[in-house]
Amino acid sequence: MQELVQHILNGLNLGAIYALIALGYTMVYGVLQLINFAHSEVYMVGAFASYYGAIQFHLTEKPGWGAFAIALLISMTVCSLLGLAIERFAYRPLRNAPKLNTLITAIGVSLFLQFSGQVVFGADPKVFPEVLQDSTLYTFGEIQIQLFDVTIFVVAIVAMLALNWFINKTKTGMAIRAVSFSFRSATLMGINVNWIIAVTFILGSSLAGVGSVLVGLKYPKIDPLMGTLIGLKAFVAAVLGGIGNLPGAVVGGLLMGLCEEMVVAYLSSTYRDALAFGLLIFILLFKPSGIMGQTRVEKV
Amino acid sequence: MRRLNQVLVAICCVLSFACTKKNEGGGSEAATEIKVGQYGSMTGGEATFGQSTDKGIRLAIDAKNAAGGIKGKKIVLITEDNQGKPEEAAAVVKKLITQDKVVALLGEVASTRSLAAAPIAQQYKIPMISPSSTNPEVTKRGDYIFRTCFIDPFQGPVMARFAYNNLKLRKVAILKDLKSDYSLGLSEFFAKKFKELGGEIVSEQTFQTGDTDFKGQLTRIRSSEPEAIFIPAYYTEVGLIARQTRQLGIKAILLGGDGWDSPKLFEIGREAVNGSYFSNHYASESPVPATQDFIKKYKEKYHETPDGLAAAGYDAAQVLLLAMENAPEITPTAIRDQIAKTKDYQGATGKITINADRNADKDAFIVKVDGKVLKFVTLLGP
Repeated sequence: MQELVQHILNGLNLGAIYALIALGYTMVYGVLQLINFAHSEVYMVGAFASYYGAIQFHLTEKPGWGAFAIALLISMTVCSLLGLAIERFAYRPLRNAPKLNTLITAIGVSLFLQFSGQVVFGADPKVFPEVLQDSTLYTFGEIQIQLFDVTIFVVAIVAMLALNWFINKTKTGMAIRAVSFSFRSATLMGINVNWIIAVTFILGSSLAGVGSVLVGLKYPKIDPLMGTLIGLKAFVAAVLGGIGNLPGAVVGGLLMGLCEEMVVAYLSSTYRDALAFGLLIFILLFKPSGIMGQTRVEKV
Repeated sequence: MRRLNQVLVAICCVLSFACTKKNEGGGSEAATEIKVGQYGSMTGGEATFGQSTDKGIRLAIDAKNAAGGIKGKKIVLITEDNQGKPEEAAAVVKKLITQDKVVALLGEVASTRSLAAAPIAQQYKIPMISPSSTNPEVTKRGDYIFRTCFIDPFQGPVMARFAYNNLKLRKVAILKDLKSDYSLGLSEFFAKKFKELGGEIVSEQTFQTGDTDFKGQLTRIRSSEPEAIFIPAYYTEVGLIARQTRQLGIKAILLGGDGWDSPKLFEIGREAVNGSYFSNHYASESPVPATQDFIKKYKEKYHETPDGLAAAGYDAAQVLLLAMENAPEITPTAIRDQIAKTKDYQGATGKITINADRNADKDAFIVKVDGKVLKFVTLLGP
């Protein structure tokens, strides 16, 4: 019994990471109907930004919430800027081009960042600086609940709720929904489409930044290809939950994490990645719009 | 017009690349040089393996060159990075043989990559010495493939004996890497011997190189209540596994093999790896004069304490240099014959004798992780 509970906890913790990254995919998709494959590389750059930032500002000398906040700020800023740059230079020129062109560009940007990362940061894994020390919060028998796990989980949920509120209750959010609905009509209504899309990229990318610091603390090994697999899985999670749907991304992420954990625990680790993509095929076959995705026109 | 400019720039780029290639290719000094190739993981998940090995090899070769080289010729070491990928190892070895025309090859640490390169070396009949690949299959690829370290059918049982006799452990779990020939081989030989001695393997779990989350496997292992977990893997994964083991509240002792030896082990694993034991090619605290002499020279050159892979690289290079010295002429075949005759060479990692299977008969050091220091525990023979 305790073992099962532990597996469920492990799965939820892993899933929370996927959820956090999946939110970024879903945000951009909701507005542009573009699968931003470069998102996982923005996440990778975020990890390196906080790595170098932590060294620069000697954050590991006095680890704590202060150092953590600085690392987070550095990572989010760098990620937002990178997201903005990608949108401005890679996607905007293609905004009126067929969707397939933008998709291929997204893959191109992703590969470009991965391999430039290998040149700039070096291909050997770095050890993520310990800006915050992990500790055990609760112990029930054999089951321990770790600070990082709780933090990641809470951040994923809070980010989802905050985004949901932002999209549905604020003026900018309304503009985002309008652009998502039809950006030509939105332009006619006097909405600055470029600005709205930029906001979307800033939001999505800074989420990747938050994710990179949290994951870096939990699994302190970062390398230029670290985003590839986690990005793909988060993308599957977003599709699973219904791409374009914020709560769906979180549900999809958690479900992915749980399924993966169960496969590793009771079948074999060999099937770990096969499962993710098996799920994707399954979902596309039986419920193409995902668990929470609706076939209505309004997205985000 | 703009289009035309872009095309012109592109053409210029291609031309300038072509020109640099040509300049590099001028190898007219070949008559006064002996070229030796080294391929290793200078980058990638096991980067410290390649870097340490390269440093050890360079130490040996530079010393030889300073003493006048071999038969009046200077030895030139050409190092190629395989990024830790087997397919890349095969590609760079082919390049070293066909383009650089090396007379001998040194490498690799990881068995999977040595296995990828060995058939090529054998095909071109270029002698290859692996400093630290321990999977038994490596030298079975042909009579030009050697190694100067022990093999897993020896290393696994040594660790099993140490766990059973010295640590008095009876219940051990295994967590192995499905993608690594080294990990699979070592865990098999360990399990066989441990069961033979009367111990019990209570759980056997797997992962794959590059994984970062091991909690599923470790939770399974926790339920089987082992006294120790044997993790035959490389340091990056070991560090992450050790951390997650402690996060799950598992107090079992962690055991491993020579793949643990890296300065990064402690950096990634932190306190979680302390108190673990692993079998290694060398221990810096070994009282053997040859070892201490190597450490002194290494520290003078690089200002750091060498790890086991640096020592193993140094020894492989020394064996190769000795063979070249003794060879009547510097040809791959003549060198091969001399390597095969290596007997009782006292290296930094122990006495090296190449046996009929082209492996070295050597003792294994057991070390204990204590922060960044690896404490020498005992020396175990066959």
